[in-house]
Amino acid sequence: MAKELKLMKGNEAIARAMIASGTDGYFGYPITPQSEVMETLMAEKPWETTGMVVLQAESELASINMVYGGAATGKKVATSSSSPGISLMCEGLTYLAGAEIPCVVMNAMRGGPGLGTIQPAQSDYFQSTKGGGHGDYQLYVMAPASVQEMYDFVFDAWDIAFKYRNPVLILTDGAIGQCMEKCYTRDYVPRWTDEERKEKAPWGTWGKPANRERNIITSLELESSRQEVFNQKLQKKYAQMKEEDVRYEMLNCEDADYVFVAYGTSSRICMKSMQIAREKGLKVGLLRPITLYPFPTKQVAELAKRVKGMLCVEMSAGQMVEDVKLASNCQIPIEHYGRFGGIIPTPEEVLEAMEQKIIK
Amino acid sequence: MANDIVKPENLVYTKTKVLTDNVMHYCPGCGHGTAHRIIAEVIDEMGIQDKTVGVSPVGCSVLAYNYFDVDFQEAAHGRAPAVATAIKRLNPDTFVFTYQGDGDLAAIGTAETIHAANRGENIVMVFINNGIYGMTGGQMAPTTLVGMKSATTPYGRRVDLNGYPLRITELLATLPGSYYVTRQSVHTPANVRKAKAAIRKAFEVQRDKKGLAFVEIVSSCNSGWKMTPVQANKWMEENMFPNYPLGDIKVDGKIAEGIDANRLVVSAPLTVKQ
Repeated sequence: MAKELKLMKGNEAIARAMIASGTDGYFGYPITPQSEVMETLMAEKPWETTGMVVLQAESELASINMVYGGAATGKKVATSSSSPGISLMCEGLTYLAGAEIPCVVMNAMRGGPGLGTIQPAQSDYFQSTKGGGHGDYQLYVMAPASVQEMYDFVFDAWDIAFKYRNPVLILTDGAIGQCMEKCYTRDYVPRWTDEERKEKAPWGTWGKPANRERNIITSLELESSRQEVFNQKLQKKYAQMKEEDVRYEMLNCEDADYVFVAYGTSSRICMKSMQIAREKGLKVGLLRPITLYPFPTKQVAELAKRVKGMLCVEMSAGQMVEDVKLASNCQIPIEHYGRFGGIIPTPEEVLEAMEQKIIK
Repeated sequence: MANDIVKPENLVYTKTKVLTDNVMHYCPGCGHGTAHRIIAEVIDEMGIQDKTVGVSPVGCSVLAYNYFDVDFQEAAHGRAPAVATAIKRLNPDTFVFTYQGDGDLAAIGTAETIHAANRGENIVMVFINNGIYGMTGGQMAPTTLVGMKSATTPYGRRVDLNGYPLRITELLATLPGSYYVTRQSVHTPANVRKAKAAIRKAFEVQRDKKGLAFVEIVSSCNSGWKMTPVQANKWMEENMFPNYPLGDIKVDGKIAEGIDANRLVVSAPLTVKQ
């Protein structure tokens, strides 16, 4: 695939980016609203061109554990799902983090709890950034806000996953997954050769040559003192993510009196709200976290020193707002405005919330 | 040490290099050690140590990777067939085997087991059936016989309370994706030789890309059964073997000669000897 400008769905962008970024394998299970990811891959037949393996598994439990098995051989392996499927995958995600296996997982969030609705939501923020599975682990969580970012973030996700030997979660929803936008595709990155894999993933389990010790992939450590040392190593890794790989976007924040904090679909709504506000003469800006973990804590703290208030807009009952309050140390008024259960707020109601809750 | 007292010309048997020198944690009398050894010997004899990737389960053999000198992955409970599926599909030149107990393979991992078999994955699955959850302290397994006592069936398994035991090996033999399905034991030297031949055949099926090769090994759990190793072997012969008959069930993709079709489809409750 060469560089082109194409109109495509977000889900299709994820699938095409997987092929173009040299992904070795995809294992998935159908679930709305992201089934186009596997459908696109199956239609593209990358096993005939790049050699990428694509397999429909019997469940999300199986697909995430296929990711575990394949990725633990040092290959680039990915999956995608939506909220209820991600809940099933949480066992696998904590094992992947605990065994330090790089991989890419996409969650097209839908309204919950339970089977909920298939409409867009952002109510898996806690699950994505505070665990989901058991134990002290973190995923690196990226929140695209456009089809272009869906495409580009797959490439970035591989760099991060192998830099930290950690799973990367691309957290989105059906609005971005299903909407069609223009998207610049990239030149095809060849899949790693066996030699490149040996260099980039020397820990992988592909068969032990006579000249090295056997590689073991496990998250088991029966000796508590050694488990604690290992957990400290993980914490160091997460601290390094906070230091080196926080991503965010600030719009109109230089002169802002008031700031929206929103990611993904909500941030797209807030861009319009901000435009309306500016037309009304209100100095409103937007802080868009691109990584939800590591969270742009420092940026929120710095903004909190010079603006009068912040409104967190989320399609949830209020989850990210906790991190914003913590980051700002609650020094200024910080409120949450949310629609949930599959409802996307309008730009007008978001601005009205800003005026009523913050500007007053 | 052995080399100091045994003259090379008299040496007829030695530990295979595919097993490490780590001391095994298994209980004396348990079949895991022997099962490990014959798998390792087959890997050695076929010259595939540098191409083999093992997958260990959750259960007594969770630490199997400490004993095999090959690359190894430790899977989540029941998920080894899914893990092995991806290892093999992404690395078709490797030899991949799972090593799982009855709770792992036939209870929590039933879906992964059946679907890996039905897809005809080119992997070897070794299934240790001792009718009990050994590691967690001897609770009822899917293979626990009717009338058999366990930590969660202290008065014996009852069909009305606990349902029927599961003969998953016969079930897998009925699926088109399984190519070689056999049941063995390792409690006598003669049985060890037969079991080793079965494991060799299983790895050859994988080499020839014919589909799933499945080797059940009926094993005693004398600790869980609360018996001496000798008593446990006798109890196994009298109770387990009539319900879990030894021998090939499917060979070369066809149901083996002499296998009663009723055994595959109609299963009377598997019961301890009265």
